[in-house]
Amino acid sequence: MAKTEMKKKRKIDIMAEMPERLSSGHRLCAGCGASIAARQILRGTTDPVVISCATGCLEVASTIYPYTAWEVPFIHNAFENSAATISGVEAAFRSLKKQGKIPKNKKIKFVAFGGDGGTYDIGIQSLSGALERGHDFVYVCYDNEAYMNTGIQRSSATPFGAFTNTSPAGSCSFGKSQFRKDLTMICAAHHIPYAAQASIGYWQDLVKKAEKALAVEGPAFLLVLAPCPRGWRFPMEKTVEIGKLAVDTCFWPLYEIENGVFKLTKKIPDKKKKPITEWLKSQGRFKHLFEECNENVIEEIQQKIDEDWQRYLKTNGDKIF
Amino acid sequence: MTTATVKKIRRAFTGNEAGAEAMRQINPDVAAVFPITPQTELMHAFASFVANGKVKTELVMVESEHSAMSATVGASAAGARAMTATSANGLALMWEIVYIAASSRLPIVMPIINRALSGPINIHCDHSDMMGCRDSGWIQMFSENSQEEYDNLIQAIRIAEHPDVLLPVMVGQDGFIISHSLESVEVFDDEEVRDFIGEYHPKNPLLDTDHPYTFGPLDLQDYYMEHKRQQHQGMQNARQVILDTGKEFGEKFGHHYSNFEEFHLEDAEIGMIALGSTAGTAKVAVENLREQGKKVGLLKLRVFRPFPFKELVEAVKHLKGLIVLDRSDSFGAMGGPVFLDVSASLNNLTKKPVTRNLIYGLGGRDMKVQDLEKIFGMMEKTVKTGKGAGSSQYYGARGDD
Repeated sequence: MAKTEMKKKRKIDIMAEMPERLSSGHRLCAGCGASIAARQILRGTTDPVVISCATGCLEVASTIYPYTAWEVPFIHNAFENSAATISGVEAAFRSLKKQGKIPKNKKIKFVAFGGDGGTYDIGIQSLSGALERGHDFVYVCYDNEAYMNTGIQRSSATPFGAFTNTSPAGSCSFGKSQFRKDLTMICAAHHIPYAAQASIGYWQDLVKKAEKALAVEGPAFLLVLAPCPRGWRFPMEKTVEIGKLAVDTCFWPLYEIENGVFKLTKKIPDKKKKPITEWLKSQGRFKHLFEECNENVIEEIQQKIDEDWQRYLKTNGDKIF
Repeated sequence: MTTATVKKIRRAFTGNEAGAEAMRQINPDVAAVFPITPQTELMHAFASFVANGKVKTELVMVESEHSAMSATVGASAAGARAMTATSANGLALMWEIVYIAASSRLPIVMPIINRALSGPINIHCDHSDMMGCRDSGWIQMFSENSQEEYDNLIQAIRIAEHPDVLLPVMVGQDGFIISHSLESVEVFDDEEVRDFIGEYHPKNPLLDTDHPYTFGPLDLQDYYMEHKRQQHQGMQNARQVILDTGKEFGEKFGHHYSNFEEFHLEDAEIGMIALGSTAGTAKVAVENLREQGKKVGLLKLRVFRPFPFKELVEAVKHLKGLIVLDRSDSFGAMGGPVFLDVSASLNNLTKKPVTRNLIYGLGGRDMKVQDLEKIFGMMEKTVKTGKGAGSSQYYGARGDD
């Protein structure tokens, strides 16, 4: 046998050969993190998939009638009910399979997408219900940290200090004055078999997590940071770089909670941990923080990140749920 | 086929139990539900069928009515025969998805146990819940009693799934008055019912992964209106399908259904339009007054959407006076929702009956036989004197007598 044939194929080559499930030609912005997230995650399985999607950028820009960018069955119902909708689809699958109307060996993976607005805010009840009921599905929140589809309004995912059109910076405001909700922990607290936080900047980590999430029986949750050039104010070719910087500054730690056990999937050594100013400087939405009067805001952000990071390091390997 | 060949038994059922029995025989693939009074008893009975293997249904106990309708839409789009049931505020919470179900052309069937909408909060019957979504694109039927609840639900499956229709159907029964009252109900043989409703053959289901379809795309100025036009046509097509289904049901099971039932109406001078349980009470009032030689009659409206305006005009145009009863208000309008449609239907008649509208029974306020007899008397006076013609007023509220 020739040596070249023996050589194991690289993961990226295998992935590149997989069929595209979200085809090109959709109308998401150039440099959009959401489409990268969707394409990477859907490479986490070779089984057929059925998708539900909340109202938002990903849905609006991929299904403008009479066109669709989806090469797999796809349903958009409304804004707040992606998880409830996939519950019904998955229940139908179980029912029809049980009755022999669908072959017993037929496998389908059910994936629900939602943005941060559709997940952290208006859709959290529907998501909580579906997780608690134990449907066999993966919920993916592509988190671009604000309501981007409606024109950059703050959500409970928007970070402290960020400008949005409903948390503008001004003479009496430094931007959003609350820290974001910890959605991955909230989901993990439903005692689901798998929950993880990932970033499109580290694709190998993301795909591995997608594979795990899609493989487990029962509900799984993925929170994926999906940088938004338009809303975050950065050049569109920087999306992946910014997705990495979020992790390297420990603004967006990569971790998973598998059967209740917390694990950091990327440890950043102290020497390599970048200051938060690098992350903040990379985006126009934080520009105002560098004005003299807002110095303490940056300090507060750094302090919160350091505290959280220490807690994560301490918790690493522990069964937390 | 004559009715004699269909096996049936008599059961003592509340309206809720009758609804649950119909659901057992329909045997939907998926039901997604959330509890609300007075619908709860129906779901208790159905959950017990699931727990005891009497149905093959996957029962999804969701965390709200919004999710109930959302999951039902998901299941229906997936290719399942899917049902849910609710009342009042539950229906109001579903409202957004009620519209989406209809415009996605999903043949969902939903019993509604009619209850007054909040506020103030009230758990008893009126029709404000269903009337609140009368423009949602759902076919709407009202039931006079437990038997009709059972019969209507079985027919609703056929109507909803008809390829010319493909629209969801809600079947109303009056909360507590019907839902919690024990009545004698003729229950047909399981196989005969299943034979009548037939196998469900979904169109482009999501679970057919070899033939991917996108449901719920963004539909802009260039196509939205054509889709609404198709939905409009589906509702128009439902008119004939409802009549055909009612006829076929009658031939098979012996209970005959049309858009409405005429009771001593043909030779009547004073007519009344009512729906739900009040129609049953009104039949007694009509009989009592007929014994006294009064020429009174009733039109019991069964199908409210699509509104059978042509047939209704034919049935009432000979009347001298027509009193329309509404169990809900349409605040700021000329009258209650039924009155509005009836008045619009009569509009093109050159010689039309004198009409009046009464809004009654809100929040479960009783409407007794004596009340209905009195109302016929009121209408007789209106015909004679013209006083109150065309008016809409509350009946049975303090200070309104």
